[in-house]
Amino acid sequence: MSKGTLYDKVWKNHEVGKLPTGQTQLFVGRHLVHEVTSPQAFEMLRERGLNVKHPELTTAVVDHVIPTHDLSRPFQDSQAELMTKTLETKIKEFGIEYFAPGSGKQGVCHVSFPEQGLILPGVLAVCGDSHTCTYGAFGALSFGIGTTQVSHVLATQTLAMDPLKVRKVEFNGELQKGVTAKDLALYMINQLGVEGGVGFAYEFGGEVIDSMSMEGRMTLCNMAVEGGARSGYVNPDQTTFDFLKGKAFAPKDFEKAVAYWKSIASEPDAEYDDKVVFDVSEVKPMVSWGINPGQAVEIDQKIPYLDNLTDKQRSEAEDALNYMGLKAGDQIAGTPIDVAFIGSCTNGRLSDLEAAAEVLAGNKVSVKTLVVPGSEEIKYLAEEEGLDRIFKEAGAEWRYAGCSMCLAMNPDKLEGYQRSASTSNRNFKGRQGSPTGRTHLMSPYMAAASAIAGKIADPTPYLRGK
Amino acid sequence: MSDKFIIPENQIIELKGRGIPKPANDQNTDDIVPARYLKEITFANMGDYAYFDERFKDGKPIEDHPFNDPKYQGATILIGGANYGCGSSREHAPQALHRYGLNAIIAPSFAEIFAGNCASLGVVGVTVSPQDATELADFVKQEPSTKILLSLADKVIRYDGKSIDLDISEGRRQAFLNGTWDAMTVLQQKEERVKGVIQKLDYLNL
Repeated sequence: MSKGTLYDKVWKNHEVGKLPTGQTQLFVGRHLVHEVTSPQAFEMLRERGLNVKHPELTTAVVDHVIPTHDLSRPFQDSQAELMTKTLETKIKEFGIEYFAPGSGKQGVCHVSFPEQGLILPGVLAVCGDSHTCTYGAFGALSFGIGTTQVSHVLATQTLAMDPLKVRKVEFNGELQKGVTAKDLALYMINQLGVEGGVGFAYEFGGEVIDSMSMEGRMTLCNMAVEGGARSGYVNPDQTTFDFLKGKAFAPKDFEKAVAYWKSIASEPDAEYDDKVVFDVSEVKPMVSWGINPGQAVEIDQKIPYLDNLTDKQRSEAEDALNYMGLKAGDQIAGTPIDVAFIGSCTNGRLSDLEAAAEVLAGNKVSVKTLVVPGSEEIKYLAEEEGLDRIFKEAGAEWRYAGCSMCLAMNPDKLEGYQRSASTSNRNFKGRQGSPTGRTHLMSPYMAAASAIAGKIADPTPYLRGK
Repeated sequence: MSDKFIIPENQIIELKGRGIPKPANDQNTDDIVPARYLKEITFANMGDYAYFDERFKDGKPIEDHPFNDPKYQGATILIGGANYGCGSSREHAPQALHRYGLNAIIAPSFAEIFAGNCASLGVVGVTVSPQDATELADFVKQEPSTKILLSLADKVIRYDGKSIDLDISEGRRQAFLNGTWDAMTVLQQKEERVKGVIQKLDYLNL
């Protein structure tokens, strides 16, 4: 059993007690809701005749179904309108804070909530969304839950859980040009497997993480769940505190808060259930070729030969290549694409857009390219910097904030057998809206370079600096 | 099936039913219910969408898909592969399987969020060794009409004269045995202690 880790401390701080079943009842310090998985939970409350216990600890946003090209209401898609309206009615009824479209705070939940300072170190945060693990970047203990559990949190501000084990994952070395947090996430999942983290929370550390920005940490923690870990986190440090200072929802007594935040970090002699150390000095920009995020290679590598795989990997790879229309042994670079998507809770932050703009500046895209800011605030900041002009001059579409083409619950979808260069987090079959659509996961640098080339391309020739 | 959201609780001690084989590894929640069907505000129709993109092509059913194949109709126990239910937190996925007619899933391993969602619906998820899972799936393919017994009381699965060990977290097993798998009722009983946690949580008062 782990001991002295941030996970252990935050878990203990939130323990209400043991349930008759032996599971632990945990208090939830911050509950986030969106329109896909939570309106039904309010109905569960209604059926039981229950109320929302702590509306002041819950915040809501609309992100999955919101269109990114036309925000006028009612939305053209009547189902999207009904979902949004249902959520809006419920949060009004119960007095829950809402980051409404047009308020300046709306955006993809895992982008908007942290950027407003709602997610703090040491908080136990849950949301009916698997990428809630993003908040671990702040040293919060955060994980996705289902709708019935959302109803538990609404009614009692608690939920029933079994503890996870803790695996320390260290990234050491100096990153090569063009290698980002997204590339490290794909590398880690490739190495440990999409099932590798089942039963674990991941504590990310090492010199690469120590010098990584909060945005990079969010990208990495966001992908923890793609490697099977329900939760991933980084111990809070000066980078965390500097990010939070001055945010709308940051604590008023900031110095006192910092002292508390420092106290919940893992002890130097903390004990872990497992430890993995990566030297990532040689890692190159990564791209997925298959139908799960672990099926990925470096940009200059070939799609694996089936003979080089284990039995389990081989049957999955055959299915993946068949679906993706690719051949084992082919170079991944040069694969023609139809669409590029830059955005999502993984890579829709300002630094992601700046990265894409660095590549796109002075170039033209040769395929349909969507650039979708993760939030209204990011849209505003990007326009202040003139990024929107760079995107438009390159021929890309500059959209309103939302989940967009990550999961196609809104008008942004792949069609037919279209192949996408995507900065999102899942390359599952049908994920981007067409049951036969094909997704390649990559960083914003690579998505931008691929948009220009019209095929999967190494971004490093476009990058300045070292 | 009911358009009510709450599924009434009952004690689950053992289940007996026919199997349906779905043994591939890493089946994700987008496979189980594609995102475009998440736009309904109730779960009532989810059973119709179970494995939709695998089951139908150009609007026509793919006949040998287990969820379409007549020989598995009426099955209640799914035999899955490793990391079953990975991906999103959408409860729509276990809701779809449950409303299709399943009440148990046997697999070598489950994604965590999916397993929790199954439990809160009263869908019993248990793990067995990869070899046992493969043998059971193969048996079901050969003998689809033979019933499988899943005993939570004895932590065992019995079929064809064989007996294999199953694993499940003890907390979850007790919740099924006691009929408290939707934790709402038990969570409501500790209000005073919740107040105590709120008082001592530093960050709530900063």
